Amino acid sequence: MTTKEKQFVGVAEVMEEEIPVEEMFLNMGPSHPSMHGIVRIMVRITGERIVWSDVEIGYLHRAFEKSVEANSWNSATIYTDRLNYVSPIINNVGYCMAVEKLLGITIPERGEYVRVLLSEISRIADHITAVGAAAMELGAFTAFLYTMKAREYCYELIESACGARITTNFARVGGICADLPEGFESECRKYMPMVADVIVELDKLLTRNRIFIDRTKNIGAVSGEDAVKLGFTGPLLRASGVAYDVRRAFPYSIYETFDFAVPVGTNGDVFDRYLVRMEEMRQSMKIVYQCLDKLPDGPVNAIDKTVTKPDKTDVYDNIEGLMNQFKLVMDGHGINPPPGEFYQPVEAGNGELGFYVVSDGTDKPYKCRCRPPCFPLVQAIPFMLKDHMVADVVPIFGSINMIGGELDR
Amino acid sequence: MLVTPPNRLLRLVIYKNNIMDIPAYIERLEEKIGTDNLQTNYPHDQLTITVSRDKIQEALQFLRDDDEALFDHFMDLTAVDYIGKQPRFQVVIHLVSIPKSQRIRIKINIDDDSAEMPTITGIYPAADWFERECYDLYGIRFAGHPNLKRIMLYDEFEGYPLRKDYPIRKRQPRVELRKPEVRRSDETVEPPR
Amino acid sequence: MEIGSDGIPGVALTSKLDLALGWGRKYSLFLYPFVTACCGMEYMSVACAHYDIDRFGAGLPRFSPRQSDLLFVVGTISHKITPVVQIVYEQMTEPKWVVAFGACASAGGPYDNYATVQGVDTIIPVDVYIPGCPPRPETVLDGLIKLQQKIQTRKIEL
Repeated sequence: MTTKEKQFVGVAEVMEEEIPVEEMFLNMGPSHPSMHGIVRIMVRITGERIVWSDVEIGYLHRAFEKSVEANSWNSATIYTDRLNYVSPIINNVGYCMAVEKLLGITIPERGEYVRVLLSEISRIADHITAVGAAAMELGAFTAFLYTMKAREYCYELIESACGARITTNFARVGGICADLPEGFESECRKYMPMVADVIVELDKLLTRNRIFIDRTKNIGAVSGEDAVKLGFTGPLLRASGVAYDVRRAFPYSIYETFDFAVPVGTNGDVFDRYLVRMEEMRQSMKIVYQCLDKLPDGPVNAIDKTVTKPDKTDVYDNIEGLMNQFKLVMDGHGINPPPGEFYQPVEAGNGELGFYVVSDGTDKPYKCRCRPPCFPLVQAIPFMLKDHMVADVVPIFGSINMIGGELDR
Repeated sequence: MLVTPPNRLLRLVIYKNNIMDIPAYIERLEEKIGTDNLQTNYPHDQLTITVSRDKIQEALQFLRDDDEALFDHFMDLTAVDYIGKQPRFQVVIHLVSIPKSQRIRIKINIDDDSAEMPTITGIYPAADWFERECYDLYGIRFAGHPNLKRIMLYDEFEGYPLRKDYPIRKRQPRVELRKPEVRRSDETVEPPR
Repeated sequence: MEIGSDGIPGVALTSKLDLALGWGRKYSLFLYPFVTACCGMEYMSVACAHYDIDRFGAGLPRFSPRQSDLLFVVGTISHKITPVVQIVYEQMTEPKWVVAFGACASAGGPYDNYATVQGVDTIIPVDVYIPGCPPRPETVLDGLIKLQQKIQTRKIEL
């Protein structure tokens, strides 16, 4: 053997002996670079392999339920905004639908169309933020900048209709706060193709990217059965192969009249979830165009004195309007749904968002429970992280799209 | 209407909102756990059953495995505090059957003294954190839960905030709060014109 | 070398040093975005191309308190995370500034209940408060400019 070969003989012998391995405890968070929210992920690793992991949440618990119980029925919409703050209109609409069912009222067709139109624009904003943030955490910073540009277009549309970019407070019990402004349809038709262009660019950047595929394929794979057992809903359940979408399984509002597909994946890994989100954005855009084509004329709020506020000209001109306004706005009066309970599920960006509302006949909700879609998803992080490496924590956590406001309420 | 009349014909007529037929699997469930332990009603057309506390695990096992029910997906677990009434708490479980596209709500009445019920994580593993949250905010213990600790609040917190007798503004600070001072700009350097 | 007004040599030199250091510091801020809630979305908008915060020199977030000098407290602070805020603030090296971004960080916002802190200034001293729920990106840039004015006029302790 030459001298060079002699140097390496000892290495093979050493490798066969027992090298003592110590487990290292690594703590990620609660304050950490991912913009999803504050959550603490703890892992124990030997080398790079994860041996044990756990998640600690609750750092953003803001007492949503207690605050809603302390204020009137219509005041709860500001708290629902701040649940899933990337797609707030879906939360508003879900809550208002639950209360409307308790009251037993239906809203006019135009109101339903406007709600669906803005919900789908919100859903596009949600998915595009999720994909952009997930890509940024893997190092693809350009994708994040492109998605923020697209999100600004969505925000401009939402701002022209609701008045605010993020905390919209749009839906009211009995309809919506105000009708769409003049020129909304042409603005929408101008901005949607721009957002579609950004989705095409994202596709070109990420879907066939060797590095992105290596980091996301077969990572965090969850089979369909396991996904159902773990309580998944939304894009993660659909990526695992189970075609459950609340808009199709338990149709609400006017979703039955729209023609859209529900994308379903095969593996349930991070790459499939990304593909499902991209396709859902395209389907949402399809719904937006159908809404714009079919938007009917007419009132947007339910014609019901006990629920809808009167026109301001009536309030200031005649006494009945003034009394009506008084009855709806003052403390102790307001909307009084009859005693009862209702659970209204809607399809939010992350899955099934359910509002379980209990009324005791007064003007304050007795209980308003929000079933958060990302709660079972974050609960399953230790399950998904089994036998993975420490570098896989970031893509798995990014694919869940955990929103702190919704998780901790 | 919470009490189920014994005669099936009477049941069909007396239901409050609609004349809704009871699904066959509910009748089989009733045979399994006994008529005293089960009540059915349909508030706003949503099937709701009230099961007594010691039969809940049996009932959920049946609902998950029965061919017509097939409630495989666990959706939500929460509690409602009916203070002033006996029993005080009511734990509410929502389940979904994905193959059959149907929903059900299961309620369990729990009185104040023990505030305890058997865990359902053995049947639905997804209920783990939901039960922890219920314990954290309402104080209802789930016997047999693998890790019943606080989840939303910190360990030093005393009390169960979502109960109706907990005042909303009662804070329990973890660090000493300081009094924010008003900063005056008397220590500055004039910038050049 | 000029003699200052109270006869102490070098006062004018020190004040010019103050201004130079202030100028340097205000245009090279390294932020630590302590993002908790909805205001984080507006922080993302401010940091990106449309309302670029980089043109004000504050475009590089450092996710370590040792490497940053500006703590952006973005979003609601609950009692559970107050020890973490304190530790992060104490780990930052002088000179450091704190900006309370949003209504929740300034004074508690719409949440006045058992779980939230009414303003992060009850935990750590704050320099600039940016109101809004969430504040528009233009408001954030206005707040940043006010902070820059404050940094410029700060006296150096020698």
